[in-house]
Amino acid sequence: MGVVAANAIGVDNYEKALREGKSGIKHWEELDKINLKCQIGGAPDLSSITLGDHLPRLLAEKITNKGILYAMLSGVEAWKDAGLEPNTETRDFNSGMIFGAGDLSFDSFINRPFPSYPIDNGESRKLGSRTISECMNSGAAAYLNSILGVGNRVQSNSSACITGSEAVLMGYEYLSQGRADRMICGSTEGDGRYIWAAFDAMRVLCSNSNDNPEFGSRPMSDSSSGFVPSGGSGALVLETLESAKARGAKIYGEVLGGHVNSGGQRSGGTMTAANPEAVVDCITRAMDSAGIKPDEIDLINGHLTSTKGDPAEIRNWVKALGRSGKDFPMINTPKSMIGHAVAGAGSVELVASVLQLYKDFVHPNLNVENIHPEILSEIFGGCIPTSCQSLEVNTVIKANFGFGDLNCALVLRKYKER
Amino acid sequence: MTRETVKTDLINIIKPYLPENIMENEVSEDKHLINDLMINSAHIVDIVLDIEDKFDIMIDDDVIGEMNTVQDSIDVVLQKTA
Repeated sequence: MGVVAANAIGVDNYEKALREGKSGIKHWEELDKINLKCQIGGAPDLSSITLGDHLPRLLAEKITNKGILYAMLSGVEAWKDAGLEPNTETRDFNSGMIFGAGDLSFDSFINRPFPSYPIDNGESRKLGSRTISECMNSGAAAYLNSILGVGNRVQSNSSACITGSEAVLMGYEYLSQGRADRMICGSTEGDGRYIWAAFDAMRVLCSNSNDNPEFGSRPMSDSSSGFVPSGGSGALVLETLESAKARGAKIYGEVLGGHVNSGGQRSGGTMTAANPEAVVDCITRAMDSAGIKPDEIDLINGHLTSTKGDPAEIRNWVKALGRSGKDFPMINTPKSMIGHAVAGAGSVELVASVLQLYKDFVHPNLNVENIHPEILSEIFGGCIPTSCQSLEVNTVIKANFGFGDLNCALVLRKYKER
Repeated sequence: MTRETVKTDLINIIKPYLPENIMENEVSEDKHLINDLMINSAHIVDIVLDIEDKFDIMIDDDVIGEMNTVQDSIDVVLQKTA
């Protein structure tokens, strides 16, 4: 696995940050200057690493698109963590990639003489050779594969906030068909004022915590008022058990199954809100596909964006699992620490899900001292951990819900040698 | 501006575009940017833009076609800044 998140870069640092409840949310002076209502956000601290230590020289020095940088960093880390080396000479036709992105063209790298953007200034020649490859939605996968050189399917999905979990599900389904031995799956989103301004204009961001940034993202709280935007990327190498065992690879866990669906923007579903029936259907079918019963779930890694939608999400979980009150599983989300990484969220959060499964712990949710009353009417407050707890975690269900009324749920299980 | 100064600046511009297996000290005046230094042809336009910024000159597309070797490129810069 590999990860680039607002509170840590690299899997080991991320695990430590999750356990400590480290927030990566900061106040951004530049957002104040351009009159955004939400002036807080999370961005991975690239100044804490030397890009040239992780990436080929050209990419380290010339790529400025944050979404692509995060994808290359998380992807290379995941590949090496899986005990694999980039293919230097020949392509590897048994390895593929599904790596999604949100909006690479909205990234902060469009900064160049903005607002006198070269095109409108009649200087489009100044765009150079990388504008297309850095803006195209497959750009993250394309640049990552310029390093890895995999030769099976290389695909880029884009499905808003479910992009990361969907990429992993697609990789799992592809491997299940026997079409490859391994797939590196993940997603990415850049950050900065351009993409964040567009969310700010929708009035969906947290605008009442500018003077207390680390308190801004507070999923499940009675005062959740909007999500805190961020960027990041997660990457996971999926491999057939046969292939992983044959080469003695480190196995973090197993994907048991999953499902992706849409509420059709009907029955309460809209461009931005989830159709509750579809959410319940997605979770139910994910469990069916995994062949598990709801009482086997130890931990829910929710979507939980710190908006007014959180109580509705909890209601959907309760309905889908048929578990409530004290019988409800533990539930958390890294979003209280890292904000909402949009298309990067699913993969960054899946890395957290797998770490908790692999290392038997449950990370805290920050800023939820006052749980939303509608949530407390459904589940016991103790199901929402506020400190890091040791817990045997055998089965995790992870879900994301995204714009366009899209849902994705995955079931993961601890790997036991057999 | 001396030829040596231009050459040093040019090498600094070219450096990031060199493949990992080609070292900076291999960049001599006689080397062809694409055939010898193995620079991806798509990146020639980026190198030209970097040169334009560095020397505050404008290089027309037909001149780009003449910038085959390091020597050619130095000549173009010297000519434009003369």
